[in-house]
Amino acid sequence: MIEGKNIFKSFGDHLVLKDISVKFEKGKTNLIIGQSGSGKTVLMKCLIGLYEADKGQILFDDRNFSEMSFNERKSIRNELGMLFQGGALFDSMTVEDNVMFPLTMFTDQSKEEKIERVNFCLKWVNLENANKLFPSELSGGMIKRVAIARAISMNPQYLFCDEPNSGLDPQTAGVIDELIQRLTEEFNMTTVVNTHDMNSVIKIGDTISFIYKGELWWVGDKNQVLSSDNQELNDFVFATELTKRLKK
Amino acid sequence: MISRFGSYLLLMLKVFRKPDKWKVYKKQLILEIYHLGIESLGITAIISVFMGAVVAIQTAYNIDSPLIPLKMVGFTVRQSVILEFSPTIISLILAGKVGSRIASEIGTMRVTEQIDALEIMGINPPNYLIFPKITAAMLINPVLIILSMGFGLVGGYFVAATTQLFTTQDYLEGIRGWFEGYTIVYALIKTVVFAFIITSISGFEGFNVKGGAIEVGAASTRAVVWSSIMIILFNLILTQLLLS
Repeated sequence: MIEGKNIFKSFGDHLVLKDISVKFEKGKTNLIIGQSGSGKTVLMKCLIGLYEADKGQILFDDRNFSEMSFNERKSIRNELGMLFQGGALFDSMTVEDNVMFPLTMFTDQSKEEKIERVNFCLKWVNLENANKLFPSELSGGMIKRVAIARAISMNPQYLFCDEPNSGLDPQTAGVIDELIQRLTEEFNMTTVVNTHDMNSVIKIGDTISFIYKGELWWVGDKNQVLSSDNQELNDFVFATELTKRLKK
Repeated sequence: MISRFGSYLLLMLKVFRKPDKWKVYKKQLILEIYHLGIESLGITAIISVFMGAVVAIQTAYNIDSPLIPLKMVGFTVRQSVILEFSPTIISLILAGKVGSRIASEIGTMRVTEQIDALEIMGINPPNYLIFPKITAAMLINPVLIILSMGFGLVGGYFVAATTQLFTTQDYLEGIRGWFEGYTIVYALIKTVVFAFIITSISGFEGFNVKGGAIEVGAASTRAVVWSSIMIILFNLILTQLLLS
């Protein structure tokens, strides 16, 4: 389980996160939703240590991540996979080298063992035979899938996904959602997904935390999100023409 | 300005740490030696040959007294090339070529979240990205500069062989006469310091990029400008310390 307690974060005079306390459970796909600029990416970056929270605690299975030094955090980071919005694949490396990179850095596996693991991860994301391609040769959906393969190469306990569907067509976005959900269930991971894609919310949102103007505004699941009477949540959920019509 | 210098020092503290994995570091080092050094060999050779030739012609043009022997042309070319042209001018050229490459490479990695990805994995990004570049440049640049000296002298010889300004015999006598080995040591000390300046400043500029493509371009420009200014400043300081 990942827990954030009373997190505050500001940039200059601008207070972005205001006393946010969240819990993300193991084996569930935990979604953080909210408008652009609401603070959900900042919250995720605080949770993974890319930003230091001004106040508050971050606990990974009761281990206090926020009080650890860079070196102490390494043990938790080895248990953590991250899917970035743009994939963040290393341009100079092939798909195989990208997926193999964490294994090379943090394990003493032989080349054969590493390749076996890479092939396993690539098969998981339906990208067999893409080993020798470079990121510049991949489509948006393939980049996301390679990034997922890299994120799971170390068999992580925690998976963070920052807007995994941004820039993808609905069909490809659905494939990515299914992958994330399958990974979470089969490997019993604690998955945190940052999104404003309503399809993802309805499809994979085991728990949903709605952030509004830097505050935790509403918590529920995919069944409750459509029937809530919370005005701000409804404004967000039913903002598109499609969702408005579905509501009617 | 002081705050940026402080940030630079803090970054350097992160750069000079034990690499996460020596095997990976060695691989990176060889790759950087190729990219920063071997790929700069062509431009170094071309500039050095022409530089040596021009110095030879200018020196011959200025010697109009019969009391000054023409072998002074060779002597002047050698001294100019060893003391100043190869270590300083070639380092300034490398500040442009290598500095912009490093800043834009690391800057692009920053804006595309590749550096964040390294950090999430538990890797020390400054150490992983900048340390191999600094050590590679400090190892390969002295080799480049020694070669540049050789190419510069060949340029002067080419002038002697193709013009009537002075003979090849005068030139060869000149470049062999009154030689002090310390001048080479002085040139190499400068080269190593300049290599550190170029790679560390460019790494710093690239690492601190915030924003997108425009900021990456601006960081590249800043890397070249600051590296060049620091090279000129340290050229004066080192010359005062080592030659006076």
